[in-house]
Amino acid sequence: MARDVSAWFGSNYVLEKISLVMEPGKVTALIGPSGCGKSTFLRILNRMHELIPSAKMAGAVELDGIDVYGPLLKVTETRLRIGMVFQRPNPFPSMTIAQNVLSGLKLAGIKVQNKDELVMHCLERAGLWKEARNRLNDSGAALSGGQQQRLCIARALAVRPNVLLMDEPCSALDPISTRVIEETISEISREVTVVIVTHNMQQAQRVSDNCALFLVDGEGQPGHIVEAGPSQLVFSSPKDPRTADYVEGRFG
Amino acid sequence: MLPVAERHDSSGPLPSDVGVKSPMKVLNGRWKSVAELGGSALASISTTAILFAVTGWDSTFAIFVLSLMLFLMIYSVVCFVEHGALEAKSKIATVAIWLLALAGATPLVAIIFYVIANGLPVVAGHFPHFLTNSMVQAADGTAPISKAGVGAAILGTFEQVGLTALLAIPLSVVCAIFFVESKSRYANIIRMVVDAMTGTPSIVAGLFIYEIWVLPRGTSGKMGLAGSLALFVIMLPIVTRTTEEMISIVPGSIKEAALALGAPKWKVMLLVILPTAKAGIVTAAILGIARSVGETAPVLFTAGGSNFYNLNPFHGVQDDLPLRMYQAIFSHGSNADAEAWGTGFVLMSLVLALFVIARFVGAGKQGSPRKIRMLIARTRKSKETANVAPAS
Repeated sequence: MARDVSAWFGSNYVLEKISLVMEPGKVTALIGPSGCGKSTFLRILNRMHELIPSAKMAGAVELDGIDVYGPLLKVTETRLRIGMVFQRPNPFPSMTIAQNVLSGLKLAGIKVQNKDELVMHCLERAGLWKEARNRLNDSGAALSGGQQQRLCIARALAVRPNVLLMDEPCSALDPISTRVIEETISEISREVTVVIVTHNMQQAQRVSDNCALFLVDGEGQPGHIVEAGPSQLVFSSPKDPRTADYVEGRFG
Repeated sequence: MLPVAERHDSSGPLPSDVGVKSPMKVLNGRWKSVAELGGSALASISTTAILFAVTGWDSTFAIFVLSLMLFLMIYSVVCFVEHGALEAKSKIATVAIWLLALAGATPLVAIIFYVIANGLPVVAGHFPHFLTNSMVQAADGTAPISKAGVGAAILGTFEQVGLTALLAIPLSVVCAIFFVESKSRYANIIRMVVDAMTGTPSIVAGLFIYEIWVLPRGTSGKMGLAGSLALFVIMLPIVTRTTEEMISIVPGSIKEAALALGAPKWKVMLLVILPTAKAGIVTAAILGIARSVGETAPVLFTAGGSNFYNLNPFHGVQDDLPLRMYQAIFSHGSNADAEAWGTGFVLMSLVLALFVIARFVGAGKQGSPRKIRMLIARTRKSKETANVAPAS
C-alpha cells in the first residue's frame, strides 16, 4: 500500500499525495490520461523512480507492513520482491530464451536446484512454453514483440515476486498477444499481486479487481487520484462525474 | 540522377525521355550515357595529347589536370545538347563527385599498391627465412638480402604489443565503465583529458616513458617492456573512448530491466551490459592494437631496436617491425630499400589481418553494434505503432 506519495522531476510537481491500497492477490488497474503520473507512481512502488536523475519523492510505500524506503529492506531486495514488466519488451539480447528466464536468479545471486523445470514452469505461466520450447537456446531478441513481452513476464516471475508491476504491458502488442497476456495476468494473480497501468478501459474492466483513476486538473498541476475502488463499481456506477466522463470516453 | 530531374518536373521543361520509362528505354538510356561519357573522355584526352605534342610541354600533372578540365567541359556541352539543362546539371554533378572521390582514393590505393608491389617480392622471394632470420648476419648493411630477416622484429612486435594489450584493455574497459556510469563532474574533466590524450603526439609518449622508465635505469633501461609502456599511453585513450561508445549504445531499457529484477549495479554491468556490448568492445580492443602495432616513435628510444633475437621483453633492447623499417630506411646498405619494403609489407599484412578480424567480430552474432542498432530500431518501431494504434 502507498501512503501520501508525492513525486517531482526537478521542480516539476507530478504526483500529489497519492494514497492507495493494493490488495494482495488482487489485480489493481491504474487508469487515466497520459502524463498524469500513473507510470511514475508505479515506478515509485519498486524504487525505479529514483534512477532518474532529478527525480524526488515523498511519502511511504509499504509491502506487507514494511516500508520499502526504510532501513529494513535493501533496494535490490525491494525490486526482487516487487517485479516489473515494462511498456516495451526488453529481453536481454545477449542471452538465450532460457537464460533470459533465469537471468533474474543469476542477477540476484539466487541458487536453484532444477533450472530446466523452473524455465518450463515460468514459460508455461507466461503462456510462452508452447511456442518457445523448441527454441530455448535461441536468442531472446529473435522472438516476436508479443513473445518477447511474455518472455519478460516469465523472467519477472522466475524470481517469485510478491508483487508484479506492469506498465502498459500490451500497448505495443497486437490483440491476440494482448489476449494471451491478459489470460496470463488472471492466471498469475492467484499467487501474485498485480498492479497494471493501462490506457485501455476494456482491458482494465476485464482484468482488474480494483481500479484507480488518476487525473490532472490542468497544465503543470500534479496528478491525483479521483476515484478508487472495486472495478465493477468504478465502471458501472462511478461516484465522481469525472470518472463517468473518463470511463465512457467523454473526457477531453 | 533521375529522381532529381523528376522532382523539378513542374518548374521547367522536361526532356521527353524522362518520366515513365519502359525497361527498353532505360537500357537505351544507359548505353547512351556510357557513350556520352566515353566520347567526352576520348575527345578530351586526344585534344590534350595534340596540344602537348604541338607545344612540346612535358608534365604528367599538367596533362592530368588539363584533360580532366577539358573532359568536364566537353561532357557538360554534350549533356546540355542531349538532355537539356535540368538533367545535364544532375549528370555533371554526378560525374564531378565521382571524379573527386576517385582523386581522393587514388593516394590511398597507391600506398597499398606500392607496398604490395615492392614488399611482396621480397617476402615471397626469400620465404620463409625473411620472416625467421634476425639481422645478425646482415647488420653491416652490405650482406645479401638472403641473410637479412625480420624474425626478431616480428617476435618483438608480438611481445611488446601483447604486453600493451594486456595492460591497456582491462584498464580501458574499467575507465569506460566509469565514464558511462559516473554522474560526477570530475568524470567529464577526466573524459576531456582522455580525449586530449587520443591526440598525444606519439613521440611525446615515447619521451615520457624514456624520462620516467629508461633514464633512471641507465644503460639497461631500454627493453621491450619500456616500449610496451609507451604504446600503452597511445592505446589506452583510444580503446577507452571506443569502448565507452559501445557501452553507451546499449539501450537504457535493458539496464532498467536488469535493475528491476533486483540486481546490484555491478552485476547489471558484468552480466548484462558488457555481454550485450561484447562484440563492440572486442572491436575497440583490436582497433587499438592495430593502431599501436604500427607506432614507431614511442618505441624508438624505449625498446631500442636490436639485430638479435631477444625473447625476454623485460631485459635488454628488443626489435619490432616499425623500428626494423626505420633502421632499414636509414642504413646505407644496398639492400636497405628492399628490406624496408619487405618489413612494411609484413607490418601492413599484420594490421590488415587485425582489421579483418575486427570486422568479423564486429559483424558477429551476439551484441554487435549492428545487432544493437537493429534492436533499437525495432523497439522504436513498436513504439510508433503503439502511438498510432487507437486506444480501443
